[in-house]
Amino acid sequence: MLFFSFFKTLVDHEVTVELKNDIQIKGTLKSVDQYLNIKLDDIQVVEELKYPHLSSVKNVFIRGSVVRYVHLPGGAVDTALLEDATRREAAQQAQKTK
Amino acid sequence: MADVDDGAAAPVSEPLDLVRLCLDEVVFVKLRGDRELKGRLHAYDSHCNLVLGDVEETVYVVEEDEDEDGDETVKTIHKKSEMLFVRGDSVVLISPQGQS
Repeated sequence: MLFFSFFKTLVDHEVTVELKNDIQIKGTLKSVDQYLNIKLDDIQVVEELKYPHLSSVKNVFIRGSVVRYVHLPGGAVDTALLEDATRREAAQQAQKTK
Repeated sequence: MADVDDGAAAPVSEPLDLVRLCLDEVVFVKLRGDRELKGRLHAYDSHCNLVLGDVEETVYVVEEDEDEDGDETVKTIHKKSEMLFVRGDSVVLISPQGQS
């Protein structure tokens, strides 16, 4: 649930999603779900000449499993808060497995 | 919920505890597809999804030489990213202190 909540805080920010087939799609993060499926608006394909087949597409749904990376705007991430949330999540997981 | 561990007090009893100790430290991450990352670990979960800051990515690409037949050279490509989410299913290993 940690990354689901994390991505919800990044809605309306500009992100670049790099897929496992190397295509990079830049766009505005519009929504995310528990599988980390992603909806992007106003998309632009990085290296459009190499990957011309998405040039007319404006918004996309990306299945979470095909994502390799999401490049995020550094300023939009509170790293201290994120580390605290990670420790809490780890502690919760440890409780569950006891 | 009352006794939520704060990391320092929690024991190291399972493999992911090692990763917890790397929070806010520089880690080396090996990924599928001949990729490696070095960056500061800000978040992880049980799927090995990660968030890294100040990341340097290295991609190893094998290129066949044009002049000689059958000869191959490995080219490395370096990329930088200020903040990066990495999906856990690509992660092979996470190591402290960034081996080089």
